Amino acid sequence: MNQTYAVGAVTAVVLATVLIGALGLRISRTTSDFYVASRTVRPGLNAAAISGEYLSAASFLGIAGLVLVQGPAMLWYPVGYTAGYLVLLVLVAAPLRRSGAYTLSDFAEARLESPQVRRLASLFVVGIGWLYLLPQLQGAGLTLEILTGAPDWVGGLLVAVVVTGTVAAGGMRSITFVQAFQYWLKLTALLVPVLFLLAAWYGDGAPRARFDDPAVLRGHTVVKVADTVRIGLDAPLTVTVTGSVDSVTYEKRTVTLAPGTHHVLGGTTLAFAPGAALPERVAGGTDPPPASGRGDPPLAPLGWSQPLAGGRDGHQLYATYGLILATFLGTMGLPHVAVRFYTSPHGRAARRTTLVVLGLVGAFYLLPPLYGALGRIYAPELALTGSADAAVLVLPDRILGGLLGDLLGALLAGGAFAAFLSTASGLTMSVAGVLTQDVLPSRGVRHFRLATLLATAVPLVVGVFASKVPVADAVGLAFAVSASSFCPLLVLGIWWRRLTPPGATAGLLLGGGSALAAVMATRAGLAPEGWPHTLMAWPAVWSVPLGFLTMVMVSLATPRRVPPGTPALLARLHLPEEITGTVPGPAQEVRR
Amino acid sequence: MSGIALAAAAAAGAVLLTAGFVLGRFTARRGGHAADPDLGTPVERATFHTLHTASLAAPPLRAGLTEETARRAAGTLRSLLGTEALCLIDRGAVLAWDGPGEDHHRAHVPAQAAETLETGRSRSVHTDCAEPACPLRWAVIAPLTGEDGVLGALVAYGSRESAVLVRAATEVARWASVQLELAELDRSRTRIVEAEIRALRAQISPHFIFNSLAAIASFVRTDPEQARELLLEFADFTRYSFRKHGEFAQLADELRSIEQYLALAGARFGDRLKVTLQIAPEVLPVTLPFLCLQPLVENAVKHGLEDRERGCRVTIAARDAGAEAVVTVEDDGIGMDPELLRAVLRGEHPAGSGIGLSNVDERLRQVYGAEYGLVIETGVGAGMKVTVRIPKYRPGVHRSSP
Repeated sequence: MNQTYAVGAVTAVVLATVLIGALGLRISRTTSDFYVASRTVRPGLNAAAISGEYLSAASFLGIAGLVLVQGPAMLWYPVGYTAGYLVLLVLVAAPLRRSGAYTLSDFAEARLESPQVRRLASLFVVGIGWLYLLPQLQGAGLTLEILTGAPDWVGGLLVAVVVTGTVAAGGMRSITFVQAFQYWLKLTALLVPVLFLLAAWYGDGAPRARFDDPAVLRGHTVVKVADTVRIGLDAPLTVTVTGSVDSVTYEKRTVTLAPGTHHVLGGTTLAFAPGAALPERVAGGTDPPPASGRGDPPLAPLGWSQPLAGGRDGHQLYATYGLILATFLGTMGLPHVAVRFYTSPHGRAARRTTLVVLGLVGAFYLLPPLYGALGRIYAPELALTGSADAAVLVLPDRILGGLLGDLLGALLAGGAFAAFLSTASGLTMSVAGVLTQDVLPSRGVRHFRLATLLATAVPLVVGVFASKVPVADAVGLAFAVSASSFCPLLVLGIWWRRLTPPGATAGLLLGGGSALAAVMATRAGLAPEGWPHTLMAWPAVWSVPLGFLTMVMVSLATPRRVPPGTPALLARLHLPEEITGTVPGPAQEVRR
Repeated sequence: MSGIALAAAAAAGAVLLTAGFVLGRFTARRGGHAADPDLGTPVERATFHTLHTASLAAPPLRAGLTEETARRAAGTLRSLLGTEALCLIDRGAVLAWDGPGEDHHRAHVPAQAAETLETGRSRSVHTDCAEPACPLRWAVIAPLTGEDGVLGALVAYGSRESAVLVRAATEVARWASVQLELAELDRSRTRIVEAEIRALRAQISPHFIFNSLAAIASFVRTDPEQARELLLEFADFTRYSFRKHGEFAQLADELRSIEQYLALAGARFGDRLKVTLQIAPEVLPVTLPFLCLQPLVENAVKHGLEDRERGCRVTIAARDAGAEAVVTVEDDGIGMDPELLRAVLRGEHPAGSGIGLSNVDERLRQVYGAEYGLVIETGVGAGMKVTVRIPKYRPGVHRSSP
């Protein structure tokens, strides 16, 4: 792959982001041009901004990688990421806007009139923000590593520095325009190459991956295995090995491996002849790589096209429900999504915005699975190397090659960096804002800069040490925590008048806290094998009901603590603004 | 890096943290022992303790006498008195009960306290409790007074009749009454601010209305269409400024009103007044105190056009700064002596300066806290730039009608 184009594209995206952010498309008018004030952000623009901020590395790279490795089961990810907005639309969007809250902590304080609940909510905002930032930075590292061969921490550092710089300097002034631009950039960056790729695929005779068979390598392929893996063979396989297989060290030797399970040490290079069947990774056994988290492919006997999500323990049905619950209910609690609704002028606009977001996000998610399927045909060896997230980036080079491949690859790299930058800057702004307001001792501009630094430094450092989990999986963990903490708080807060501060506190601590603990333990590789691992890796199934139940029970037990302003606040949340008399309608109408 | 190493690092970190914490506590305690003689005699320490407990009860009472504040204050008041149980009532019902015996005593309290509520004098009564095990034998009822007489009463229960308890309860009730009076003071301060808003609205009218109508009149013959436009602007502007209720408004509405004001001022001053608006659309939904920008703009226009042949430029900018919106109003007019400005902001009005700036400053501080006052950069002949920071969310700040 030609590095120059890719580096050029990445640089262009970074520069465009910084420039639009800093200079801004500020509306500058004289009095002759009336009604600047009525130019609130239109639902369409705001929806593009929300989508731009929302579509992260997990969406741009991760889904294709997971589909490549684990098959259509992983389509639950895009479905869940999109459907989360449906829940948001029906239950939360308009009331959240009408509450006047800017951050989720604000909502907690407005609804429960309690600074303690606010502080607790802030801690969860920071926790979720960091969990979500972590895979963004790791994804950036991976992308830059593939493009330029730089060490994997360079990309993360680059994104962290750019984001910290622009946010701390107050450079994200016209953030709505930046994020809307990023959405269209990301969509273009995926859409244009996929058209070329599909044309090439059609010209190639439209080969189909027979999903249940082992993938077949189409050319002479050299695979460098990053982490130690166990591979399963159904038939003898001839490969040229440099490194260690089954504890025997080879140096460029051609070996025929017998059917069965083989142990390939990390760092080994395997060269396959054209037409060779790609061996499947086998999970479990006696010495699983302890650091690889739960992102391993499922057991070999399970076909690629099985409709259930992964989980190497084989509890796929449970894991699928965990994924569905986390993504459906987790979207509403993402700190960077919630703040964007404040831009809507009123509740109805917030609802309309969400509807447009559903369309935009839905359209975008049609594309990554295509890359996953094409990757299964043209680059199946990525499943062995442990960097399947790179599938989107290498496909143009693999299928088309030449200048066109380089250019399309550069476009994709630019799009991927747009994904890292937009999500990371949105998250950093939210986390830094909450840190300044509720965590750091005193307020002020200097503290905001310090908070920005803290907001990116923590996930950056953790990212260097934490285990590599597929990007989409890692984002799923943040969704699980959000679904178990903020979903109960928002849904009960908006729809149940008997919620009390002690109830909310207990629910946040028990539901969100347990999900957070389980997720942390999983990411640190502390979870024991078997059912405990599955339960901790997909906590949403038990932690969401736990959060709801605790909130309801404790609230019912403390009926005297219902905040006195509840009826007035609920009326404000649910009645349209025209009725509560908060929008001065007639004054505008006279002129028209 | 493997997960085990990470876990090990985390564990090591946790151990280090615990060790540091224990060490810190240990040294702190030793330091405390060493400093013991400096903490004063037992009597002094008891005084400190009492003062500290009293300071804990003060904040809830400062919010007035309601069920919520009474519940939060009752516990501290009881530990202040050291009685078996303590009850707070207002003129209607029992607000809070702290301590045992609530089940069979609570219902009798209003009847027992009726006399105190009537006369405003403390008294000690026997509870006539039927339960032999109940420690609540005697009750001291002390009145809580405000500006307008008795607000409620504090009932302290003891196992026997004691002059000390009567004295202590009366004193505590008197102290609590002072806090309640302060709460009333807070409320009357809010009322004053509301009155000032009304004054501000009244202040806009005479000059401005006269000048606007004169400007419109000059267009009636030459440009009837323009005159009609201006009249509609004028109608909208006054409708907004004189709107009856609501302490808060959306920035979008405030800006619209400012545009109308500028259109009318522009009609009067013609080309001499040039205006630039730079508004980030993200901050338009921000809620802020009603009519807190218009005086700033009026001020800028007045300063910019004073004693000057050439025109002036007024720049109004609103930008997004994370959890805050920042609005600046800038003019390139004659500026102002900072000392004079300071006097104006202190509330002294030398040389006929309007109350606009100081009123806005005061209201912003009142709503958002002292750090959100106006920031003004100016000098004689150097123009003036006023910066307002508005938090996007603040409890109690919303647009609903009261």
